[in-house]
Order: sequence, then structure tokens, then C-alpha cells
Amino acid sequence: MNNSIDTIMILLVLMNLMLLGLSSLGTCIRVVAAQGIALGILPLVMHGGISDIRLTLFSAAIIGLKGIVFPWLLSRAMRDVSAQREVEPFIGYGKSVIIGPLALVVCMWLGSRLPLPLDIVSPMLVPVAFFTIMSGLFLIISRKKALSQVLGYIVLENGIFTFGMTLAEKQPLLVELGILLDVFVAVFVMGIVIFHINRELDHIDTDRLSSLRS
Amino acid sequence: MIAALILVPIIAAILSLIIRHDTLRRVIFVSAAFAHSVLTAIAWSRTPEPVLNGWLMLDAPGLLFLSITSVLFLAASFYAVGYLNSEKKQEKQDFEDGSIFTNTPEAIFIACLLAFLATMTLVTASQHLGLLWVAMEATTLATAPLIYFHRHNRSLEATWKYLLICSVGIALALLGNFFLAVAAAKAGNQDTKLLLSDLIQQGGTLNIPWLRAAFLFLLVGYGTKMGLAPLHTWLPDAHSESPSIVSALLSGALLNCAFLAILRSHQVLSAAGQSEFSSSLLIVFGLISIIWAAIFILGQTDYKRMLAYSSVEHMGILALGVGVSGAAAFGAMLHAVNHSLTKAMLFFVAGNILAVYKTKASKDVTGIISITPATGVLWLAGFVAIVGLPPFGLFISEFIIAKAMFEQHRVGIAIAYLAVLALIFISMSKIFLNMAQGKAPQNISAQTGSQTILNILPPAFLGVLTLIFGLYIPPFLNTALHAAAKAIGGF
Repeated sequence: MNNSIDTIMILLVLMNLMLLGLSSLGTCIRVVAAQGIALGILPLVMHGGISDIRLTLFSAAIIGLKGIVFPWLLSRAMRDVSAQREVEPFIGYGKSVIIGPLALVVCMWLGSRLPLPLDIVSPMLVPVAFFTIMSGLFLIISRKKALSQVLGYIVLENGIFTFGMTLAEKQPLLVELGILLDVFVAVFVMGIVIFHINRELDHIDTDRLSSLRS
Repeated sequence: MIAALILVPIIAAILSLIIRHDTLRRVIFVSAAFAHSVLTAIAWSRTPEPVLNGWLMLDAPGLLFLSITSVLFLAASFYAVGYLNSEKKQEKQDFEDGSIFTNTPEAIFIACLLAFLATMTLVTASQHLGLLWVAMEATTLATAPLIYFHRHNRSLEATWKYLLICSVGIALALLGNFFLAVAAAKAGNQDTKLLLSDLIQQGGTLNIPWLRAAFLFLLVGYGTKMGLAPLHTWLPDAHSESPSIVSALLSGALLNCAFLAILRSHQVLSAAGQSEFSSSLLIVFGLISIIWAAIFILGQTDYKRMLAYSSVEHMGILALGVGVSGAAAFGAMLHAVNHSLTKAMLFFVAGNILAVYKTKASKDVTGIISITPATGVLWLAGFVAIVGLPPFGLFISEFIIAKAMFEQHRVGIAIAYLAVLALIFISMSKIFLNMAQGKAPQNISAQTGSQTILNILPPAFLGVLTLIFGLYIPPFLNTALHAAAKAIGGF
């Protein structure tokens, strides 16, 4: 079982690195969707198969939301605003790809410095979670397009979620569902705002949202 | 009881989405606000039963912040009716760049306001930190459409900043919650509930490094929402671009709710014997906030942004008060009450000024007193109150905090605090007095300055309240403030 968890962890890391280097917005959306599906499988492999109904439902909700609903919402937003299909980084792809592995090393070191007082399922869980969080934050601050910032937000949330998995069974269902619902509505509202930004200003570049100063 | 407090606004919100008739919707809106405050008043005399295994419960700080929210919302609901009347026109011309824009439909605006009230009530009543997080993020989502009421590009920019910065901030707070769960978890023990009372009870056994990390993330996360510098960057934009009634609620109620979330984490840290760590962080953020605010108030040209930065300042004072603790904790609680009342009053008045002068530039606004005497007097009264002059409530609370600093021999902090307050007093008095006095511009006459009772009464009501608290603190409030201060480690 540990093998499959580690496989998912490695997949998560690879997907983060891909997101840092990819230029096509459409592909980015698909990678984030794949990441969501991988995360949805994670609770199942961590806590032993599909015997637990509660867990299965939770997994299904994650896969449905992050793997299907979000990508659909975002692709629609992309089509509606007929955005140029590029993410337009402030920091170039080359630099991003170099920063990625460096951040990974830092996260590995950080993970080894903060031992969990729990029975750890996989030693990779914490560093990978940190790395995903950092990737998400990096995507938010280094990309111009409002749409890529939403992608960054989802990746950030994925990272936090991965960390939460270390204590999956200890969270009450109500809270987990509440968190999912909030994230869903957040992405939904952001999608609407992007639509308005485009209609109002004919672009979705956030660096040009700069009439409000001091 | 608690369920009713949350359900009343939710049901009213759904109703207001369904109903097509404007007047009926407004009646429902105001009655929901009224019902909410009546329920809150009942909660003072009879402590409501905990709901959901103690997940929802009104303790002393919760009840205090719920009451602030409820009173502000009641005043805001009356003000909103007058405001929506004057915003009736379908298309309007933007007075800054001349473009044409429309407003968000009234049904959505009112529904979002009510949803905002419901989520804030949930924040104040949550005893489970996970649920608190859910409610906190929900407030962000409920308010985003409110900021985008005037559909033009500046409010859109403000909405996007608000949504993204606060969502990311609050996501970090979620990580903080998970860290807290790790700190509370013990190997083999499957039962971590993140319930405030549980966490406080097992305070001594919490894992210290994770607990500290948790507090850092919670402080940064909720601090973003609360507007502590340097995390406050969304705040001036959102406050200056949203309608004044929304700014009033954001400043007076929402920032307090985020502050309450930080207080909850501070409570846990104190129970674990780490209050020194959390207090020093609160003091640092508090000092940065008031200094930052002072710099930006100095030479501020937009009076709504000035009020927004003043909120950053007062949030800094709250953090400072809690950090200094002791008698200052009581001062901070009193300060939260007074600041909310005063700031909401000022934003209402600023809305009146904006309606008459159609500009947010303070240099273009002169002679308010001669054009609309009632608004002018309220503007001046609000000025006296917000800079902390007697006889208003903020004077008492700022004084208590300063006194506590000297009593604890934190002279350096006290001097910095007083010096910054003095600087803000000087820069604000220039802006406020220039606006109130002098000759009005040619194109503004007494005719355009006519205002209805709904524009005047709500801010006047809030102003009188803070005046009363400056002269006399009723015993029931005094007890409640002490109870709240005690819960966060003061007295």
C-alpha cells in the first residue's frame, strides 16, 4: 500500500513541476484536473480500499469537484473570455522550472525538520504537501492571467488538502464538506469575476488592474 | 436559539431572491435585521443552549462580537433602504472617468447582505475551529458581490483583489488549523476534534513547535482578513470602491470577526502556556499596522481610503491591546465595540457626502456644514470620536490601553503608540476640518444637499451609542467586557 501512496506523491510533484513550465492554459487546466483526481484517490489508498462508505463518498466528492467540475468551469471561463491560450508569466518558464526543484529541496529539508507526532503513513506526505503549497503560491504571484491565478489557488488548496490527509480520519465530515463547499464556491465566484473583468476591460491580465493606488 | 440566529437571515436571503417586489423585499430585509437583533438581545438575558455537541455556542467574546455585528447590521439595514432608493436608476454615469455603469440587481445585493449576516453570526458562534474557518471563508464569498455593487472597472479590480488575497490568506489559515490538529494529535489517539474547549483543556499536552507554527499561519491567514499591515493590501481598495453601507459593515463587523478568529487561536496558545509567543507577535503586527496606517493617512487625498486606513490603525490597536494583555485586554474589547460604532457611523456619513458632492477627493469637498448641516455635524462628531478625543468611547478605550502599557513598564511601546496616535490626529484633523468648513463649491447648492431621515438617523444612532459608552459604561456591558477579556487572558 505504501507503494501506491508514494506513486501518487511522485505524480503530484511531477504535476507541480509541469505546471511551472507549461505555457498552454488549456493544458494547465488538464494537469490541475489530473492532480485533483490523484488527490481524490489518496484517501482511499491511505485508509484501505473502498470498504468505508464515508471515505468513499468523500473521495467521490473530491474527484467530482476537482477532477470534473473545476476543469469544466475553468475551460468554460477560458472559452467565454476567449483568452489568449497562454499563461503569460512574470517570471519566465525557464526560471520557473529551475526554481521548482530548488523549492522541492527546501521542502524536503523542512519536512525532515518538522517531525509529525503521529504515525506517519508515508514520509513523503509532508514535503510533497509543502511543495504543492509553494507551487500554488508561486503560480499566483508569478502569472498575469486571472485564470492562472485561480489555477494557482486550486493548487495551493490541493497542497493544504494533502497535508490534511495526514489526519484524514480525525476531521469530522461536516468540516471537510464545508471546506470543499467553500472552495467550490470560491472558484465559482472567481470564474464569474473573471467573466466580468473580461467584459468590462477586454482583457484578464491582472497586472493591468492598477487604477487603485495607495 | 443559535440556530434561529443563523437561519433567520438565511431564510430572508432566500426569500429576497424569490420575491420580485422591491418594497416587500426591503420590508423582509429590515425585519430580518430587526429579528436578529431581538434574538441577540434575548441571548444577553438568557444564555442560549449549545447546539451540535457544543460546536455552536455563544461564549463571552462570541456574544460580544455578535452583538456588535447585530447592532451595526440593524443600523445598516435602515440606511440601506434610503441608499437603495437613491440608487434606483438603471444606468449611471461614473463621476471619475465618465463611463456608464449599472448596479448589481437589488435582489442579489440584499440576499448577499443577509448571507453576510448569517455567515458572520456563524463565525461568532463557532466553537469548532474547522467550522470557524468554513464560516470565515463564507464571509469572503458573501461579500465579494457586495463590493462589486457598482459595476465599473475600479470596483471590479477591488473585488478581484479582495477575493484573491483573502482566499489565499484564509487558505493559509486552513493550513494553520491542520497544524493545530497535528499539535493536538497523539500517536494512536484518533480523536482530535479541534473544539476550542477541548484544546484549552488539554493545553499543557499540545505539541509546542507545531502549535507555534499553527499560530503563525492562523495569524497571517486571519490577519489578512482583519487588515493587519502589511497584509491589509485589499482593504483600502475594497472599502473605497464598495457602497458606503458595505464599507461600514466590512470595517465595523467583518474585521472584528476575523479578529475574533485570531483571539480564538490566542486562547489556545495561552492555554498551552505560550501566551508570550502569541502576544509578542500580536504586538509586532499591531505596531506595524498603526505605523503603516499613519504613513498612509498622512497626505491621503481620498476620504474613503482615509477611513479605510483608519480601520487598519484601529485593528492594529486591537492587536496591540490583546498583546499587551492585562487591563489592556479589557481596553481592546471596549475598543472593538467603540471602533465598530464610530467607523460604521463615519462610513454612513461618508456615503451621504459622496451622494451630495459626487467625489471622493477630499480637496473637492468643502463646506459640508453649510450645505447639509446634519451630515456636517455628524462628520465632525465622527472625527472627534475616531481620533480618540473625549467625550467619546474611543478615548476611554485608547486611554485604558495606554495606561496598561505604562503599568507593565512597556514604555517604548507606549511612546510609539501615543506618538503615532498624535500623528494620525494631526493628519486627520486637516482632512476632516477642511471638508466640514469653508465655502461650498459653486455647483453644489442646498438643493442637491437635501437628505432623508434614513441617511441621518442610522449614523446619529451609532454616534450617540459611542458617546454614551464614553460617558458611562452600563453594568451589563462592563460585565460582558470583563468576561471577554478574561477569556483571552486579561482581566
